[in-house]
Amino acid sequence: MEGDMTDVNHKPPRWATRFLRWYCRPELAEDLEGDLHEFFQRNVASAGLRQARWIYVLDVLKFLRLYTVRQPSFFHFLTHWIMLRSYLTTSGRNMVRHKLFSFINIAGLAVSMSVGLVVIGVLSDVLSYDTFHVHRDRTYRLISRYEYMGDKGNSFMATSSQRAARLIRENFSGVEELVAVRGQFQGDWQLGEKIVPLNGFWTQPSFFNVFSFELIQGNAATALQKPFSVVLTETSARKLFGDEDPIGKTMVFNKDRSYTVTGVVKDIPFFSHIKFEMLGSLSTLEIVAAEEWRKDAWDDVWNTWVYLRLPPKTELADFDARLAQLSAHEDPSVPDTHIELDLQPMKEIMFSDSMGNQIGPVMGGTLLWVFGGLAFVVIVSAGLNYTNLSIARALRRTREVGVRKAIGAMRSHVMMQFLVEAMLISLCALSLALVCFILLRPHFLTIEPDIQKMFTLQLSPGVLVMFFVFAVVVGLLAGLVPSLFFANVRTLQVLKGGSFQGPQKVTGRKVLMVVQYCISIILVCVSIGVYRQYIHYINYDLGFSTENILNLSLQGNSANVLKKELADLPEVKGMAQSMIVTSVGNYWGTNMRYPGNPLDTIGTGVSYNTIDEHYLPLHGHQLIAGRNFLPKPDSARETEVIVNQQVLKRFDIGGQEPEKALGDVLRVDRKDMTIVGVMKDFSYGRANDRTSREIIFRHDPRQVRWLNIKIQSDDWIATYEKIEAIWKRIDPNHPMEARFYNDQIAESFSGLKATVKLAGFLAFLAICIASLGLLGMVVFTTEVRMKEISIRKVMGASEATLLFLLGRGFMLLLLLAAGISVPLVVLGFEQVVFPNIANHAPINLGEMLWGVVGVLAVALLTIVTQSLKTARANPAEVLKNE
Amino acid sequence: MKGTNLGEFEELVLLTIATLVSEAYSVAICDDLAQKTGRGVKLGVVHSVLNRLEEKGLAKSHLGEATKERGGKRKRYYTVTNAGKAALVRAKEMRDQYWNILPELKWKGI
Repeated sequence: MEGDMTDVNHKPPRWATRFLRWYCRPELAEDLEGDLHEFFQRNVASAGLRQARWIYVLDVLKFLRLYTVRQPSFFHFLTHWIMLRSYLTTSGRNMVRHKLFSFINIAGLAVSMSVGLVVIGVLSDVLSYDTFHVHRDRTYRLISRYEYMGDKGNSFMATSSQRAARLIRENFSGVEELVAVRGQFQGDWQLGEKIVPLNGFWTQPSFFNVFSFELIQGNAATALQKPFSVVLTETSARKLFGDEDPIGKTMVFNKDRSYTVTGVVKDIPFFSHIKFEMLGSLSTLEIVAAEEWRKDAWDDVWNTWVYLRLPPKTELADFDARLAQLSAHEDPSVPDTHIELDLQPMKEIMFSDSMGNQIGPVMGGTLLWVFGGLAFVVIVSAGLNYTNLSIARALRRTREVGVRKAIGAMRSHVMMQFLVEAMLISLCALSLALVCFILLRPHFLTIEPDIQKMFTLQLSPGVLVMFFVFAVVVGLLAGLVPSLFFANVRTLQVLKGGSFQGPQKVTGRKVLMVVQYCISIILVCVSIGVYRQYIHYINYDLGFSTENILNLSLQGNSANVLKKELADLPEVKGMAQSMIVTSVGNYWGTNMRYPGNPLDTIGTGVSYNTIDEHYLPLHGHQLIAGRNFLPKPDSARETEVIVNQQVLKRFDIGGQEPEKALGDVLRVDRKDMTIVGVMKDFSYGRANDRTSREIIFRHDPRQVRWLNIKIQSDDWIATYEKIEAIWKRIDPNHPMEARFYNDQIAESFSGLKATVKLAGFLAFLAICIASLGLLGMVVFTTEVRMKEISIRKVMGASEATLLFLLGRGFMLLLLLAAGISVPLVVLGFEQVVFPNIANHAPINLGEMLWGVVGVLAVALLTIVTQSLKTARANPAEVLKNE
Repeated sequence: MKGTNLGEFEELVLLTIATLVSEAYSVAICDDLAQKTGRGVKLGVVHSVLNRLEEKGLAKSHLGEATKERGGKRKRYYTVTNAGKAALVRAKEMRDQYWNILPELKWKGI
C-alpha cells in the first residue's frame, strides 16, 4: 500500500485506539492495532475519512472477544485492597483539613440526594403494587374506548362491559380465568342496633381465581355464587361482629334486603390497586337492580371492570385481533356507537393516569417522569459541583499525587484514591440525605390527598440497599472526572517546578455556573408563574357568586327535614338544592335535541344541573329573559328548563334573541321541556376548562343530592358546629360532609397547588446547590488571587474597587444566566402552556423579575461576603511570607 | 480428538500461510484468502483462527519490522510448524482416500 502523504496523516479516533489498548492483551495489542490501522488507511482511500473512522470504531468493538481481552490481574486487586486503608486515611484527613469544601460538597450532594431518595422510594412503592398476585404477569384488564357518532375524541377507559366479559368467556378459547367486577356496592349494614357503612364491589366467584386475595373463611368456589351473599374483609367483619364467627350470619343492607355472610377475606394489602371492604355476589344485582341495570348492553361500559388471565406465551396481537372482531360483530346492536377493546397488562395499571374510570387512584407515568427528570437535574448539578470544586483545588493536591506517583503508584491507584474519596463524601452525604428524607417524607405524602393513599415510602431493606447503590453510583460519577484528571498529572513537572497551575480552561466551570443558575431561575419563575395561575383560577369570576355558601351532601337524607331544622338558625340566610356542585370539575351530561329545527336530528351533548327554585337567586345567576322555576310538588313531572345563551346559539333558537326563545320546546332525555328562562353563560366545569358550553338547569326535587346553604356569620366555626349538631340529630350514622364552596373550588385545583409546592421545593434545592457551588468558586478564586489583591491594596486600591474587581466576573455570569432563563420561561408559558389551557391569567413579568432578583441577591451576598474577607485582609500578613 | 483436526477454514488459513512464505501476516492472509476463495473474509475471523492455530501449535509467529502505513506498529508474521505441515498432509491424504475410491462413472452420473 502506497498511500500518499495526506492519507497517512489521517488518524483513527484516538479514544477507540486507547480503548483497544486498554482491553487487549499486551501480546496481541500491537499487531491488532497495526492491522486496524492498515485497514483504516485503506478505507480512507476507498470510502472517505468519516466512513473509515466509523468502521474503525466498529472494528475495535468487534475485536472485544474472549481471547483478546486482558485477564484481570489478581495482584492489582490485592494492591488496591491493601491501599484502601491508605486511601481512606488520606481522604479523611483531606476532608477534615478543608472543612468548608467538604461541607459544601456533602451538603450539596445530601440535599440533592434526598430528592433522589424520594424518587427511589416512590418508584419502589409503585413497582411493589399488585406483586402479591401469583399470576400478575399474565393478568390483564380489559379496557375500552367509547366512540359515538364517529367522534374519536375519547381516550381509553379502565372499564368495559358485562356483555364483552360474557362473550369472551363463552367464545374465546385460551382464556384461563375471567372475572367482572362491578362498582358501587356501598351502603349501610344494619345488625340489630349497629349500623356500619361499607364500600366494595359486586363480583363473581372467579374473583378469587383471577386475584390472589386470600379467603380465610368460607369456600372460594361458592362464596360469591348465590344472590345476597357477601364476603367481608377481616377488618369489616370485626367492625360488624366483633370476635364472633361471621359465617352464615345475616344482616340488612340499606334498610332493604338481608344478606348472608359467606366468607371472610384477609385484609387487602396496601399495595393493591383494587381496594374494598366487602364483596357482594354479582347475581344479587340481577334481582335488586333488574330494571336499571342494562346487564347485557354492549354500550354499558361505564361501571364494570373486567380482568382476565391468559396462558403463558399468548400472542397479544392475535388476541387483539379477536377483540376487534368481537367489536365489529357487536357494534350494530347499538346505533352510531363503536366500542374498541384492548388489554392492559396488570403491571401497567398504576401508570395509566390518562385513563378514565379507574378502580382506584393511580400514579401516572408523566408525573414520575417529570419528577424523576427534575431530581436527575438537581443531582447532576450537585455532582458537577463536586467535580468542579475538586479540580479547582488541583493546585493543592497535585504535589501529593506527584509524590505518590514518584514512589510507584500507577494511574489506576491514583484514580482509585480519588474515587474512594468521592464515594466517602457521597456516603457521608447519604447519611445526611437519609435524615432529610425522613424529615421530607410527611410533607411529600401530604402534598396531595391521593398520594397518601398510594405511597408509604417505608424504608425496607431493599430500599436501603437501593439507596446505598445510588450513593455509590453518584459518588463514582462525581469522582470520575477528578480522578482521571489527577491520574494524568505529570509527575516530573509537578515535583520539579511546583508551578503547576491547575486546569487552565475555566470555560467549563463558567458554563456550569451559568447552567446551574439558569435551572434555579427557571424553577423559581415556573413556581411563581404556576402560583399566579392557581390564584387566578380560585378567584376566577365564574359568572355567579360562591361567597359564604356551604355545600352539604345529603347522603340520602330528606332535604326538607334538614331545611326545616336549619331554617331556625339565624345565621342561615337562604337554602337551595342541587344535584351536583358545579365549577369544581363535576360534569353531568345528557343528549338534547331541538324539534323546532327538523333537520337537526342528532342534537348535541349538553351539561346540566338539576336544581330547585331557590338555586338561581342564592347563587346570583343572572336571568336575561323569562322567569325562575316555580315551586312544585316533589311528584310533579319535569316540564320546564332554563338554558344559557350558548344553547340558543347552538340551535339558533328564536334567532338567538332570548325573549323569542321563551316558550320553545326542547327534547331532553326523551322528555319535552319548555324553555321558561334564559340565563347568562357561566363556567360549568372548572375555570380552566373550555368544554361544556351548552348548559341547562332542570327542575326535579327528587334528583337533588346537595343542600346549598347561604350563611352570614361572624363566627364561622360556631355556625358550622351548630349545623353539624343538627346533622347529627337527623343522621347519627354518617359524618357530615359539608364544605364551603370557595374551599371546594380551591380543592379542585389541588393538583396545581401541588405543582407549585413541588416546583418551589425543587427551586429551593437548586438555589441551595447553585449557591454552594458559587461559594466554592468564590472562595477558591479569592484565595488564588490573595497575593494579587494584597499588592493592589498596598498600591492604593480601595476596598470598593477590589470588591468590584473580584465580583464583576461572577455577576456578569449571573446576569447572563438571568438573560437566558427568563425569556425561556416566558416563551415556554406563551408557546407551550397557554395554548393548552383555557382562561389563563396573563404572565406577570414583574413578579418573575422579583424572583430573579431574589436569586441574584442570594448569589450577590455569597460573593460579597467572601470577597470582602479577602479585600479586608491585612496585606502585610499575606505578603510577609514572601 | 478435538484440537488435532483441522476445520475447513483453518485448513485454508494454514495453506495460505504456507503459500505466502515470508509475507504471511494477518492482513496479507486476509487479502489472499478473499482473492482466492472469492468470498468476503473478515479480519476478525482470520485473527481468531490465527490465534487458535497458534494455540494448537500448528503455526507460530514472530514480530517483524515497523512500517509507515501501520501507524508505526510491527507486523506479526506467521509460519507453519512441523505439526502444522503434518496436519495439512493428513488432511490431504484423508481427502485423497475418498477421491481414489470414487468411481469415475458414478461421478459422471451425478
